[in-house]
Amino acid sequence: MTTKKKFNGKQFLVDYAIYLILLALVVIITVISPKFLSFSVFKDILMQSSVRIVVAMGCMFIIISGSADLSGGRMVGLSSLIAASLAQQATASLKFWPGLPELPAIVPVLVSMAVGVCFGVFNGLVVSKLKVPAFLATLGSQMMIFGFSSLYFNKAPNNSQPLGGLAKGFRDLGGGSIAGIPIIVIIALTVMLLVWVMLTKTCLGKEIFAVGGNLEAARVSGINVFKIQMITYSIAGACYGLAGALESARTSSATSAYGQGYELDAIASCIVGGCSVAGGVGTVGGVFAGVIIFNVISYGLTFIGISPYWQNVVKGLIIIGAVALDVRKYASKK
Amino acid sequence: MDNSSIVLEMTDISKSFPGVKALDKVSLTVRRGTVHALMGENGAGKSTLMKCAFGLYHPDEGEIRIEGETVRFQDARDAMDKGVSMIHQELHPIRTRNVMENIWVGRVPYKKIGPVHWVDEKKMYEDTRALFEDLEIHIDPRQSMGELAAAHCQLVEIARAVSYGAKVIIMDEPTSSLTEGEVELLFRIIRKLTAQGVAIIYISHKMDEILQISNEVTIMRDGQLVGCWPAEELTQDLIVARMVGRKMDNRFPPRESHVGEPWLEVEHLTSANPHSFQDISFTLHKGEILGLGGLVGAQRTELMESIFGLRPVASGTVRIGGKPVKIKCPQDAIQLGMALLTEERRASGIIPMLSVQDNVVLANQTAHTRQYTGGRLFLSEKKRRDDAQQYIDSLSIKTPTQKTQIQNLSGGNQQKVLLGRWMLTEPEILILDEPTRGIDVGAKYEIYTLMTQMAAEGKCVIMISSEMPELMGMSDRIMVMCEGHLSGILDGKTATDEQIMMLASTYQGAAEGGVVQ
Repeated sequence: MTTKKKFNGKQFLVDYAIYLILLALVVIITVISPKFLSFSVFKDILMQSSVRIVVAMGCMFIIISGSADLSGGRMVGLSSLIAASLAQQATASLKFWPGLPELPAIVPVLVSMAVGVCFGVFNGLVVSKLKVPAFLATLGSQMMIFGFSSLYFNKAPNNSQPLGGLAKGFRDLGGGSIAGIPIIVIIALTVMLLVWVMLTKTCLGKEIFAVGGNLEAARVSGINVFKIQMITYSIAGACYGLAGALESARTSSATSAYGQGYELDAIASCIVGGCSVAGGVGTVGGVFAGVIIFNVISYGLTFIGISPYWQNVVKGLIIIGAVALDVRKYASKK
Repeated sequence: MDNSSIVLEMTDISKSFPGVKALDKVSLTVRRGTVHALMGENGAGKSTLMKCAFGLYHPDEGEIRIEGETVRFQDARDAMDKGVSMIHQELHPIRTRNVMENIWVGRVPYKKIGPVHWVDEKKMYEDTRALFEDLEIHIDPRQSMGELAAAHCQLVEIARAVSYGAKVIIMDEPTSSLTEGEVELLFRIIRKLTAQGVAIIYISHKMDEILQISNEVTIMRDGQLVGCWPAEELTQDLIVARMVGRKMDNRFPPRESHVGEPWLEVEHLTSANPHSFQDISFTLHKGEILGLGGLVGAQRTELMESIFGLRPVASGTVRIGGKPVKIKCPQDAIQLGMALLTEERRASGIIPMLSVQDNVVLANQTAHTRQYTGGRLFLSEKKRRDDAQQYIDSLSIKTPTQKTQIQNLSGGNQQKVLLGRWMLTEPEILILDEPTRGIDVGAKYEIYTLMTQMAAEGKCVIMISSEMPELMGMSDRIMVMCEGHLSGILDGKTATDEQIMMLASTYQGAAEGGVVQ
């Protein structure tokens, strides 16, 4: 190609809108309150975002594959309960499973991830075999999962008391640090790295994009669409399970109300981060920026003393703006 | 005949779309109380002309007169109010509502009490019943539309047209989804309507029907008018000759064919869908290009997609290289060395937002993952790049980079990317469904060249095509289907378009020697 690639300002704005908005937010908040630009604030925001990042990574698989998932939040709730109930100290008062010895921190994490995968498989089967539209299938499973977690939470002798007395090893996952970096942030970044590798470097990732981009074409090209749908829902379930465990480790507690609304935040982060609602498009970096943007808004607005009620107004506007932009991005190419 | 009997007159209608002149000074005169058949090959411009008459398209030039008065329709509703109605080939009734609501939709009778318009159910029912009685249609106006058979849906649609006071009713392939008994029912209603002075414009490929029902026949070819004749002066042969009469030009690469041993053998294949293909048997040889001709609704695509595992079959056997095979899904077919370039490039071909590279390697990467990973987890970027580049070069695909989204390429280049996708899997049997539809002449020639090369390498090629010159220019043999049946197989060198057209529009049945030559 001999023609030089011309800088197209409008295209640049469209392509990097999310990063520019994030930058603008940081600049505005810093101008009002210069202390905002510090390592500790940065660390706080990352720590607060970690659980949301893991949920959003799971959700991203579903959105890229052209499907939808509303059950994520409640799955976080159920798995936080399960993780907390298995992570209590041997001597905790009001122990959920009386007589259970203190388990290594990895056990509750793996069990809650396994539970997440089970419900992911359930979602996948309902969507691909019963052909229930994903939006409704997962609305249904969301309710079921909340029911299960309420039942679990209410089990004697716990009787709907918030779970506490978690073992130190487990709590460290949420509050500890290695070389000054919070463990929970390391976990979230590791998940991001794994997801990035899986989506961009493996055949599976390419097939997920293909199914989301054009399901019929993927099928004709020999991709097992059923397999892909089952895998995406299972990976999402594993992410939700991990997020639930981290949430209870971070807060040293768990109730059945945990995770409520996380699925909508995750979907919003994906969309704001450049995933197409129609499927087939999305990047790990974009979704990461999407999560961070929402946390910068809530953290930053509080930081400069604006009523927290304004946060939702701003978040809502950003979601609408992002989708309006997305629609234009694809409409212009048709 | 005097002029007062003319109800619809279209004079010198021209209509262009970007790059195509769809209609070139076409005229049509329809008389009151007659059935006027409109005939021509696929793409002759029949539908375009009718869409102009029905207000869906605005002609670039020409005049439309209804009962001598010049009209310019804004839209379909305007056309219906002025007396022109159209029954589309694909009906779109509101299946969840009842029959009478479907008829009166958009103009439901109402009583005004206060500020509210209340639906007058009783009047709607009575009006519908009166309408049906008049046409001798026996359907309960309160029945749900979804419960009606295709033929009855069509009758409701016709009644709806009559309720608008239609003077002209256009019927586009009205019998394509009807059984023989239902066709009789339709014809009875048509005769009743013409007796009341309504004119019918009847588009169909089925010549026996045309000759049976119509009074006059207008024939079109390549967007131009061939002529208009009284039906009694025409025979099937005459119609075919006038529909296809065109000269051949040299648009195909030269090739010597070396047809080898039989490779794909299909026996008595019958679709799981009773309205689709029945009892199809054919053999495809190595090094052969087999053309598959037929009209819209011949079930050619369905047949090929079933062989490829995309649609279920009820019975029949498929053998590849002498061994019986079971193909349940495209993965099976691909592993057996088959490739299918589908008809709808947008719907089932390209993945619009993915790059050219992703689109090229898609099928091969899934079928032969090891080539890309060497048994490890990660894909080799180099292999993907090299594979994509190989076909970008050999098929001269015009794209700025490999990473360009395929949706930004022209139709012809998209098609070449999809061909590359399949070539990469090194297929033994390449099935192409309308491979040159909607692409420019240059790209067409490149696709023909590729087919020729494949055949020269001893691969088998099947090409579904609705373009006669392409069928005759490329095929070793031409298989023709009609309404789900195999109506004949012709030698590609000697076949004439008259023969193909005749087979495509009439299925005589195997018992009467359906296989010619």
